[in-house]
Amino acid sequence: MYRIPISDWADFIVLFLRTNFRPVFRWFSGYIEGFVINFEALLMFIPVVLFIILVAALAWKLSGRGLALFTIAGLLLMLSMGLWEQTMRTLALVLTSTFISLLIGIPLGVLASRSELAWNLLRPVLDFMQTMPIFVYLLPAVMFFSIGIVPAVIATIVFAAPPAIRLTNLGIRQVPKEVMEAALAFGSTPMQILTKVQLPLALPSIMAGVNQCIMLSLSMVVISAMIGAGGLGGVVYRAITRLEIGSGFEGGVGVVIIAIILDRITQSLGRKPAGREQG
Amino acid sequence: MSKIEVRKLYKIFGPEPGKALEKLKAGMSKEDLLQKMGHTVGVCDVSFSVEQGEIFVVMGLSGSGKSTLVRCLNRLIEPTAGEVLIDGEVITGLSPEQLRLFRQKKMSMVFQRFALFPHRTILQNVAYGLEIQGMAKQEREERALDVLATVGLKEWGSVYPDQLSGGMQQRVGLARALAVDPDILLMDEPFSALDPLIRKEMQEELSELQSNMQKTIVFITHDLDEALKLGDRIAIMKDGQIVQLGTPEEILTNPCTEYVANFVNGVDRSRVLKAENIMIRPSALVKETDGPRLALRKMKEEELSSIFVVGEGRTLRGIVTVDRAVEAVNKKEKDLRNIIDEDIPLTSPDVTLLDLIPMAITAKVPIAVVNENRKLLGIIVRVSVLSGLIAKGDENNNVSYSD
Repeated sequence: MYRIPISDWADFIVLFLRTNFRPVFRWFSGYIEGFVINFEALLMFIPVVLFIILVAALAWKLSGRGLALFTIAGLLLMLSMGLWEQTMRTLALVLTSTFISLLIGIPLGVLASRSELAWNLLRPVLDFMQTMPIFVYLLPAVMFFSIGIVPAVIATIVFAAPPAIRLTNLGIRQVPKEVMEAALAFGSTPMQILTKVQLPLALPSIMAGVNQCIMLSLSMVVISAMIGAGGLGGVVYRAITRLEIGSGFEGGVGVVIIAIILDRITQSLGRKPAGREQG
Repeated sequence: MSKIEVRKLYKIFGPEPGKALEKLKAGMSKEDLLQKMGHTVGVCDVSFSVEQGEIFVVMGLSGSGKSTLVRCLNRLIEPTAGEVLIDGEVITGLSPEQLRLFRQKKMSMVFQRFALFPHRTILQNVAYGLEIQGMAKQEREERALDVLATVGLKEWGSVYPDQLSGGMQQRVGLARALAVDPDILLMDEPFSALDPLIRKEMQEELSELQSNMQKTIVFITHDLDEALKLGDRIAIMKDGQIVQLGTPEEILTNPCTEYVANFVNGVDRSRVLKAENIMIRPSALVKETDGPRLALRKMKEEELSSIFVVGEGRTLRGIVTVDRAVEAVNKKEKDLRNIIDEDIPLTSPDVTLLDLIPMAITAKVPIAVVNENRKLLGIIVRVSVLSGLIAKGDENNNVSYSD
């Protein structure tokens, strides 16, 4: 039987992109690296106590006292384990990946909600991104962007962006038909409908997408560490390779603490009745 | 020039509406069109016009195409063929930009399920139409507040729609539509989702508002009582077509098809029919200067026991009974002035049958229908009150039920 040479095609495409688009990857890589490094520097520039107070205050305002207390305790624990720097590094990686995912995902979600064609084209791509085993695209990512933080961010985006796209699309499509008709009947432009009606009403769904995006980014930290991203993932990865169960557990607890804080904060953002705080 | 004119409007849903339209015009039935080609006919060859200040009701059961029709007027649904003219301007030919401007200024809409923006306060909802026109925040909120006051919700501007009852939400829907001061209001079953008592209240409020503002209103409903109460004219729709168009009285007294007759049968006629619909021309009248003998002779000719007396310009003076006329003849009176009974039952032409019933029960003589100058317009005999209640159509018109 004839063997369809998918493997050859994939090799060819990777080679082709590597040889012909190197400047583009370099340029892109420089941007992302600069962003993450500056973000990291900013997080580490903030005094530890001030940082804990700020995050706890945010948690209190958005969620309540329980989360605020958990935030203080959790972050103090990270400090006492001597993992503060790694925590900030992971936070920078995760938030950067999330930010870029949303930057790409929300507009694509909007596009998908407005055009059946776009949605039909996008769906298999999203399925591909979400189910393709990570290591399969981790290697090409390293080939394009070399070892370090950048391929980690790219791989994380591939894995974490789909829910942002899906949930933005879903949220907009769920705006009741009559409400859309009302907006149209008053002579709104498509842009006015999007910004004044669709996006505010889709906000809970979009926030659920943001939440998912953050959680998936966090689940990638150890894999990111394998290609040199460092941070808490690095702690865990090193511990695994040296069979140091205890220090691996420390790094893992750190990831869980960040996950809980970010999850609860973004969830309570989504629960707020859409747009009410904008008055 | 009519405010709204609809000419031969069609709306066909399906993959190839143009082709389906040709088949339909060539005589293919709607059933065949659905089964063989997969097309649904929403609106079929509808033409009508609506005058400035009129409430034009489109009534039909669900699936009759009435909601599709009203959406064709502001092109929320794009008609397949035909024209819609507003103030002589062909709406169906407007570019998207022109259409937006037209929707902003000329026409606004009230929806069955209110369709308020749940993320906006009541005030922001009402101000929406002005906001997208680019009006400054303070000005639009002042205006919105004024309009909210006219629907009795001045105090509620800062709350959100889900904090209001259905009736209040629809007042907001109405206020939102009125805030942009449109010429035309499209109301798509605006009161159908409300409790019966609230619905009634809203109907009355709309009537009252309308008497002050004189908008042109296209009102969709499936409720005949509502149609009769509000409509200056009513179009009855079935299967995408208008099967009858007329004033409430015309529709009631002369239902032109069985479909309409079935609708009409369910109506409490006593609430709809008015004195002027059941009054009859008095068979004989006398003047106050006539002699009692003449009055007696006229009564005898028409087999009456009493006769109405009128003066200059048919103004009603009163009634003369047979007994009093005989008395007057015996007393050799020259005219009827001394024997006129002025204490008689009177009514005006727009009183409903329901309100006439108590009067009809106690009245010993026919009820006189007079206008504000006491001019005698007609009389109502007791039997016509009764027959008005039970009659199904105008017996003098031999209606053929063709449908």
